Amino acid sequence: MDDSHSKGPDFYAAFRWVVLVGTAFLCLGPFLFMLSTSFEGGDVFKLETPLDLLPNQFSVSAYFEVFEKLPELPSFFLNTAFLCVFGVLLEVAFATLAAYPLARMEFRGKGLIMGGLLATMMLPTQANIIVNFVTIRQLGLYDTLTAVLLPSAVSVFGIFLMRQAFLVVPKDLEDAARMDGAGEWFIFRQIMVPLTKPSLGTLALFSFVAHWNSFMWPLVILQDRAKYPLSVGLAYMANAFDSNFKLVAAGSVLAMIPILALFLVLQKQFIRGITAGAVK
Amino acid sequence: MNRSPLTAWLFLGPALLILGVFTFYPIFCGIGLAFTEFSLLRHTADGHLVAPKLVWFDNFRRLLVDPYFWKALGNSLTYLVVVPFIQLAAIFLAVLVDQPFRGRNFFRTAFYIPVITSVVVIGITWRWVFRSDGLANFLLGLVGLGPIPFLTDPRFALFSIMFVTLWQGLGYYMILYLAGLQTINPELEEAARLDGAGPWEIFWHITIPMLKPTVALCSIISCISALKVFGEIFVMTPQGGPSQSTLTMVYYIYLKAFEDFDMGYSAAIALVLAGVVGIISWINVRYFKDGGLNSYG
Repeated sequence: MDDSHSKGPDFYAAFRWVVLVGTAFLCLGPFLFMLSTSFEGGDVFKLETPLDLLPNQFSVSAYFEVFEKLPELPSFFLNTAFLCVFGVLLEVAFATLAAYPLARMEFRGKGLIMGGLLATMMLPTQANIIVNFVTIRQLGLYDTLTAVLLPSAVSVFGIFLMRQAFLVVPKDLEDAARMDGAGEWFIFRQIMVPLTKPSLGTLALFSFVAHWNSFMWPLVILQDRAKYPLSVGLAYMANAFDSNFKLVAAGSVLAMIPILALFLVLQKQFIRGITAGAVK
Repeated sequence: MNRSPLTAWLFLGPALLILGVFTFYPIFCGIGLAFTEFSLLRHTADGHLVAPKLVWFDNFRRLLVDPYFWKALGNSLTYLVVVPFIQLAAIFLAVLVDQPFRGRNFFRTAFYIPVITSVVVIGITWRWVFRSDGLANFLLGLVGLGPIPFLTDPRFALFSIMFVTLWQGLGYYMILYLAGLQTINPELEEAARLDGAGPWEIFWHITIPMLKPTVALCSIISCISALKVFGEIFVMTPQGGPSQSTLTMVYYIYLKAFEDFDMGYSAAIALVLAGVVGIISWINVRYFKDGGLNSYG
């Protein structure tokens, strides 16, 4: 009995290492393979021995060539940056404003709104793109970056996240300010918003990643290649340069760097955000 | 507490306006559109679009005899098979990285990197890995297997993409299960251990049952995202793969609406998809009783 106990943990630790190292290889391997491909200087990329996983001739030429062959690449980055900055601002502002009364006020119709918001989380919102496409065309916004931003300017996830944050602000603070004659906007702006900064940060972060990665809607609503964000631009590039994968790999690596850097710096906030958003 | 209700509506106004136009209106309008014939290619003599024409159940009659629709529905339902596998694998990983040990943060980070990566980059990467002379077949070749035509054979294409979805989702669900694990009373596991239960029995008989609320939530999220899959398919198997083997509901909606501009018919497919999502969510809620989305609100 005691014997098995002393052996147990060792076996478990070894087993854990094998599984974790294996999974880590599985998770990172494809990206490393892509990175290696992007540094390939030779013409043919052929895998015959394990050594071929590294570039035969190390070269950074693909990173220059991709900008020559795809002159729109810098604009893909700029468009994505624009969409991320304004997308985050809109989403944070609208969600914060909408969440406040849902958390701290009683009014008729509140239950209806909460129910309606919850229902949208269960629906396949991709189905909405058909009608939204028609609406955007009628508004005369087809093929504009504004059209990309509008439908995602309000996120229900964001409203629920901010509502949770407002719910836990102590009532005393609000009452004290009200006694001093503070108005609703002052309370919101000077008390509520500063106290919910961590949640605002989480929302901003998630909104940023969502805008960075969003794909289907910009794909259907944009026509002019110069207006493509990175995601759509990369998909276009993958088909256009299928025969010269080095360039596709270099472009993909460049597109990954900013979001990867953001994640590595703000890991803790990411983890906090997922759990705050999904589990109460 | 004599605040006027107007204040609340002023705060809600901007968000409700946008949601109204781009979320609620499309839901109701989409239902109506499913019963009409509406093409963005048909114009009147003076250059205006021909308005939607009510055709009642014609679109649904067309669906019944449309082999591509049945293929897409079948593929989307097949895609759900990925859900239990993701959940089991993610719980398993979460248990392995729950207790502190050297290198734990490295592993958590590594598993999470696919989650934040754009689905387009992931599609490009795996298309490269899955090529006939790509990394996957090279590794299989080292152990004397393959080559497997991952994306070019109708028997494998859908499962290959499902594997990519599993691979990308692992880290996300792992983090949710890690949070779930914090709610389990460690004394339960300790008591089981004293009764002579091994790690495997503890995993199956204590950890998984105690995680039920998290499993409920994750299953719903995972089912809905499996039914919504689009980007992976668009990038890895353009045009729905070899003999429509990777044609899913959302992909078919996309093709009908934005390549054929047959908006009415596409809306009908979307309505069926909404129905499928509703049924699957209902089954989830019934099966798990509490937890999941019920814990919101």
